[in-house]
Amino acid sequence: MLSFNVLVLACLCYASFLFVVAFWAEQRAKRGRLGWLKSPWIYTLSLSIYCTAWTFYGAVGYAARSGLEFATIYMGPTMVMIGWWWILRKLVHIGRSQRITSIADLISSRYGKSTVLGVLVTVLAVIGTTPYIALQLQSVALSFAVFSQAGNEGVTGAATLPDLNVTALWVAAGLSLFAILFGTRNLDANERHHGVVTAIALEAIVKFIGLLAVGVFVVWGIGGGMADMLARIDASPVSQVDLDGTRFITLTLLSGAAFLTLPRMFQVLVVENADEDHLFTAGWAFPLYMFGMSLFVIPIAVVGLNVLPEGSNPDMFVLTLPLNYDQHALATLSFLGGFSSATSMVIVAAIALSTMVSNHIVVPLWLSSRKDSATYSGDIRAVVLLARRVSIAVVLALGYFYFRLSGGSEALAAIGLISFTGLAQVLPAMLGGIFWRGATRTGAIMGLCLGFTVWAYTMFLPSFGAAAGFSTQVLDNGPWGITQLRPQALFGITGVDPVVHAVVWSLALNSAVFILGSLMSFPRPVERLQGAQFVNVFDHSGPARGWSLGRVEAEDLLVMAQRIIGSAEAQSLFQNEAKAQGKKGYLPDPTPAFMDGLERKLAGSVGAATAHAMLGQITDGAAVSVEDLMAVANETAQMLEHSNQLEAQSNELARTARKLREANEKLTEISIQKDAFLSQISHELRTPMTSIRAFSEILRDAGTSGTKLDEASLARFSGVIHDEAQRLTRLLDALLDLSVLESGQVFLTWERHDLHDVIEHAIEATGQGLDGADLQIKRDLSSEHIILDTDADRLAQVFINLISNARKYCQAETPVLHIKTRRQGLNIQIDFIDNGQGIPEQKQSVIFEKFSRLGDEAKAGGAGLGLAICSEIAHNLGGSISYLPAQGGAGFRIDLPQTRQLP
Amino acid sequence: MGKRVLLIEDEPNIIEAIRFILSRDGWSVEIQSDGARAIDAVRTKHPDIVILDVMLPGMSGFEILRLLRQDPAHADLPILMLTARGQKKDRDLAQSYGVSAFMTKPFSNADMLETVRSLVAQAHQTSKDVTPDEAAAESIENG
Repeated sequence: MLSFNVLVLACLCYASFLFVVAFWAEQRAKRGRLGWLKSPWIYTLSLSIYCTAWTFYGAVGYAARSGLEFATIYMGPTMVMIGWWWILRKLVHIGRSQRITSIADLISSRYGKSTVLGVLVTVLAVIGTTPYIALQLQSVALSFAVFSQAGNEGVTGAATLPDLNVTALWVAAGLSLFAILFGTRNLDANERHHGVVTAIALEAIVKFIGLLAVGVFVVWGIGGGMADMLARIDASPVSQVDLDGTRFITLTLLSGAAFLTLPRMFQVLVVENADEDHLFTAGWAFPLYMFGMSLFVIPIAVVGLNVLPEGSNPDMFVLTLPLNYDQHALATLSFLGGFSSATSMVIVAAIALSTMVSNHIVVPLWLSSRKDSATYSGDIRAVVLLARRVSIAVVLALGYFYFRLSGGSEALAAIGLISFTGLAQVLPAMLGGIFWRGATRTGAIMGLCLGFTVWAYTMFLPSFGAAAGFSTQVLDNGPWGITQLRPQALFGITGVDPVVHAVVWSLALNSAVFILGSLMSFPRPVERLQGAQFVNVFDHSGPARGWSLGRVEAEDLLVMAQRIIGSAEAQSLFQNEAKAQGKKGYLPDPTPAFMDGLERKLAGSVGAATAHAMLGQITDGAAVSVEDLMAVANETAQMLEHSNQLEAQSNELARTARKLREANEKLTEISIQKDAFLSQISHELRTPMTSIRAFSEILRDAGTSGTKLDEASLARFSGVIHDEAQRLTRLLDALLDLSVLESGQVFLTWERHDLHDVIEHAIEATGQGLDGADLQIKRDLSSEHIILDTDADRLAQVFINLISNARKYCQAETPVLHIKTRRQGLNIQIDFIDNGQGIPEQKQSVIFEKFSRLGDEAKAGGAGLGLAICSEIAHNLGGSISYLPAQGGAGFRIDLPQTRQLP
Repeated sequence: MGKRVLLIEDEPNIIEAIRFILSRDGWSVEIQSDGARAIDAVRTKHPDIVILDVMLPGMSGFEILRLLRQDPAHADLPILMLTARGQKKDRDLAQSYGVSAFMTKPFSNADMLETVRSLVAQAHQTSKDVTPDEAAAESIENG
């Protein structure tokens, strides 16, 4: 038999194990070896604090009472994780970029770092969460009681029933110790609490296995498998419950809203998030987790109602079913699951609430009490840490007292939805804040206050019944008999489910007032800046500037920063900034950027509003004035514009410079080419002229001086003059031709010709059969008959050039020139290939350049313009000429379009 | 006289013209058309003057000039450069390599003859100043 003491021992062992795990994780994180500790799975599992003891135990009770309605609790978050992931992503992004420490900080920070809003949300969260903590304490105490009852039945009357209150007190004390130890190690609330997160991830696994084990036992152990189970469910009253559609949808939406706004959920979802990408894993894995958690709820409820005696508490079926069948190990596992659910929720909620309480209530109060001494020595860290630790103890104490006061009554069971509704009041301000730039502080305050009031009036206070003055009389007839104000039938709307009534009225009035208030009020400058940063969080590469004052002394800033984030860290922060500014030492210029970064850093420790207020005290004892901020905002906009313009200009300049450089290079190249060309022309012209002048002088001198030349010399010399004069003429003709071709001003006579005729004409013109009879020309006459649009004379000029080149330069024993023609699509190819030595590879690229000659071609009388002219002609005819390598000789290919290509 | 000219040139008609002009004046003219073999030709033929074209197959006239001047044996050899590219930078380059005289094609026959004569006479004069013994021997011979 499992005695109560053994159970306590098991419980203590489990708790110690959690301590060890948390401690180990913390140490590992300290050494920077996070490894899988920052995996998306840990993140996903940590989200499971959504499933508290209320869902672990209560879901079965819920199902036993209201059938499938319990599923709404799981459907809301699933809807958020899958359908609203973009809201989550934006929240997480904002949380990380703004170093948000809690949901109160988010709201306060968004609406101009408003202290009022911070306090409001904090109070709301404390009021909404305390009963929930009480609920957890109660469920743990109850589960202990269930075990001890079971134990006592075995050993009749031996031990006294343990006092529920004492149990709850011990549990509360143990939990606050854990939360203080692992939740307040670092001051920077924005840093991850690896120990806590790892421990709750472990607890998530324990409760999952616990519930699943009980479910499997119920279906296959007690029931006879799936088929039997389905039959039982059909027969059970659970499936007979009529679902109220409106209530179902409302509850689903409410759970979804609570998933975003519960302080503990915000803590794990946003504050503890280490990587935005983890959301993608959590997006599908967490809904699966919840599906697993809800899978066996109905079977357990059905079997519990079936098997256990009438009047058994259905909230405890998860424990009493295994105990009823003497499955003590299973019951213990299930107990540990419930224990895990309760403790993990309480720990995270306590940490989240303590951060809010200390940052938004305690520290501002403390600061204002010593307003003149913000820069004095004395460690604010100690104050903040102490505030946070005390807050944890106080929050748990509040929970405990609530538990005591409510007497552990059944009334607590309803507190889950009441708590959800209360915290959902933050939703309009939150969503409005991150999606609507027009949302203002005034609107948010008004909406929150009204929503909170309506919630308290229609839901929270009536839950206390007569104790809070909400007697049946008030509920039925309204206060002072004003029926319009009946708490559960406002303005005469009756017949609505009380929960739906409260949710719809509170949220509708909240949203309406929030929107109206925002539209009718004017945002302060800080709100505008913050609003822009929140709404456009994905567009902002840098933060908008909030500080602009040169009056700040860097030393004061350092003194204050040291007190908040510690000496070493503050000094290294300042030193790095000074270094980045190119200064030595620890005192950088208090630039707006630095002030902004510093504020953000401080905000990670004490919250945005407090950090802003503290910096404000140093910057001339007051917050930045409206004018300053407007000026800054304008300046920022102007600077942005100016820098964009500058960037554009500098790009433009770079482009211009590049163009100029290119143009210059081109000009230089052209100039070099021109020099070379002129030099070449000069050479080509002067060489024949030299011979002409020299010989003509000889002839002239012979005429004048009387020294006779013999007839042979006379003939020879005048022959040279004649030849060289002709060479000059040819050269000039070629140059002229080239110049016309190059300028594109050549007059072409486009006509249809048979390619065969053109080739025939060219061969005739090269004097085949006269002085060069030794060059054989081989053709395939049948393939030559291609009709094309061309200038026949120009094309023939190209052919003539190629043929005479072959005649002049082909060194083969029996020189042969092959002329091959073929159609290639719309083009015609004409190849001229001889059987000589060909052209060396390194020369192939330059042979179409002007004046390029191979070796001593000059003797052949060419000026090196022939191929250049060929190339120009081919180009003018819409085609090209290229050297064909590897043909066993010199090979040239002419490509021509068959029909004229109009440019 | 009986002085020898080495003409380094590759244009056949120009070779013929210069050869005609100089031989008529009593010079013996030798020809080298390949730039690559020009320096060897100078070393083996010991000409009194070299007429050097710029555009040559095998090796450019400038390169030949530079290599010749590097050799102390040819430091004082009269070298007349001919070029068909009458640019100033060519002239400057030749000057920097130590050319004796520079002429642009086309030239007048008389100028050419005159330049060759004076260059050789100059060189002769210089060598007389440097070696009086040789000059004395020559005067005795002449006497």
